[in-house]
Amino acid sequence: MSDTSLKLEAQESSWSKGARDAILKKFALGDTIFRRMTFSAAIFVLLLLGAIIGSLIYGAAPALSKFGFGFLTTERWSVGQEIFGALSPIYGTLMTSLIAMLIAVPVGIGIAIFLTELCPMSLRRPIGVAIELLAGIPSIIYGIWGFFVLAPFLKDHVMPWLVNTFESVPILNSIFEGPGYSSSLLTAGLILAIMVLPFITAISRDVFSTVPPVLKEAAFGIGCTTWEVVRNVVIPYTRVGVVGGVMLGLGRALGETMAVTFVIGNSHRISASLLNPATTISATIANEFQEASGMYTSALLALGLLLFVITFTVLAAARIMLARLARNAGA
Amino acid sequence: MAGYTSRKRTSSVMMALCWAATIFGISWLCLILGALLWNGFAGLGLNVFVLDTPAPNSEGGLRNAIVGSLIMTTLGVSIGTPIGILAGTYMAEYGRYSKLTDYIRFINDILLSAPSIIIGLFVYEVAVVPLRGFSAIAGVLALAVIVIPVVVRTTEDMLLLVPVQLREAASALGLPRSHVVKKVAYRAAKTGLITGVLLAVARASGETAPLLFTVLSSQFFSLDLTKPMANLPVVINYFAGKGYDNWEQLAWTGALLITMAVLVLSISARILSAQKEKK
Repeated sequence: MSDTSLKLEAQESSWSKGARDAILKKFALGDTIFRRMTFSAAIFVLLLLGAIIGSLIYGAAPALSKFGFGFLTTERWSVGQEIFGALSPIYGTLMTSLIAMLIAVPVGIGIAIFLTELCPMSLRRPIGVAIELLAGIPSIIYGIWGFFVLAPFLKDHVMPWLVNTFESVPILNSIFEGPGYSSSLLTAGLILAIMVLPFITAISRDVFSTVPPVLKEAAFGIGCTTWEVVRNVVIPYTRVGVVGGVMLGLGRALGETMAVTFVIGNSHRISASLLNPATTISATIANEFQEASGMYTSALLALGLLLFVITFTVLAAARIMLARLARNAGA
Repeated sequence: MAGYTSRKRTSSVMMALCWAATIFGISWLCLILGALLWNGFAGLGLNVFVLDTPAPNSEGGLRNAIVGSLIMTTLGVSIGTPIGILAGTYMAEYGRYSKLTDYIRFINDILLSAPSIIIGLFVYEVAVVPLRGFSAIAGVLALAVIVIPVVVRTTEDMLLLVPVQLREAASALGLPRSHVVKKVAYRAAKTGLITGVLLAVARASGETAPLLFTVLSSQFFSLDLTKPMANLPVVINYFAGKGYDNWEQLAWTGALLITMAVLVLSISARILSAQKEKK
């Protein structure tokens, strides 16, 4: 009796051993396949960036080899004679981003200070959420608002005032030289400022809230005013993060297309006055790419490559700074 | 304590400036939303959803553009999401401590905030030129490229939040690694993953620049993926600056529709992750 039961047991275990091997083999295979799939997807992300750079270089090669370094320093953009210079789009891109940053950085940081230091607790979340939601609104919305509402308003009310006020001030009178157009560097810069404001605010607020309360309390404890706490404790503690956030905003401003295309005027001429039409790299591409062919297309792709190099540098610097801050906060 | 009054004064002035900055910033944003609601609702009616985009100064709606946008966003997200989730899974589950993951994360962050017009140029080079023409397929690819980094980012973040103990317990029971990931980690991070996809949909549905020279647009109702297809962002872009009243009205209404869609998506993403936190 006991003999048979032992035999049965042995039989059963040998049977289940075979089945177990089969199942384990299936599991192992499934494991390998799944791991390889995730790995290839991860490599795909790397290749994607490589492919983007590669395709831009390939497309831009004819224009770059024809114009060489002069591409960067030529203002002339003549489709008929196939002379293309990137100077005015570069100037427009840098100027509009500069105006945007001059406005958005102080205001954004101010709002962040307000949200972390002054705002009543019950309002903190709603305002914070509203700002984050606004950061997600597509840029074309800002574009058509700028085109229909802001640009006419600036042209009718603000620009004449600027022109009159600074008429007799030496340098300012050429910066604000009339008559003023609704599509201008100033309009585009303002729209960009409104667009990047939520980004800068959201990041600065996140960064400010990493300051340990003990530090602030200690400063308040020795009699610092709120401003002194912000200036001497909060900002030094979070400097790297704030700069990272600002550069992230700058990267966005530099590459922003739709909001700017509506209100920049697409004019390839550099003028000192902020009230004149101009163009940016992204607006030039958006406005002209559809009707381009041959060398014209290549020149626009070269502009795209240039924009990519500029934003890549800014974004990479921003990410490295933010990563360093995250590491410090973790340590 | 001679300096105390002046220190206090400086502080109040700076704090007043912060108040002013907040009011200034918020009022711009209110102005934009106000104008959008005011002008957008004025033209919102049944016609918008049942008629196609019109000729100048004649009656019409946005049906073809709405349908086109829905089709392209759906396809773009359904191509981009699996790739994004798999890549994020590698980064959080298999290569959590490898150098490669650091590089991928860096590259992915660059892709996440790279100008979208560059992605349009890229897809033009790799899809429009070889296929000899603008097509909805190219637009779908462009949107997929936009979607991937968003999903990679949230997938990695969400999987990293899943406690290691859960995985260890599952492994101790003898579950193979892929099952640990699929049956345990994915389930624990489910709401987070859905949030990521919702955010990706929100991002894709408003993108204009990458569609400008990949799908173009079309005046007619079309479901053919190999031809240009009407879509809301490009239609808005085209209608806004032409000076015809009915086109401008439709541009505002289209903008309102996109904004509503984006807001609804991001608010539901928020509610989802808030519920998760409460648990």
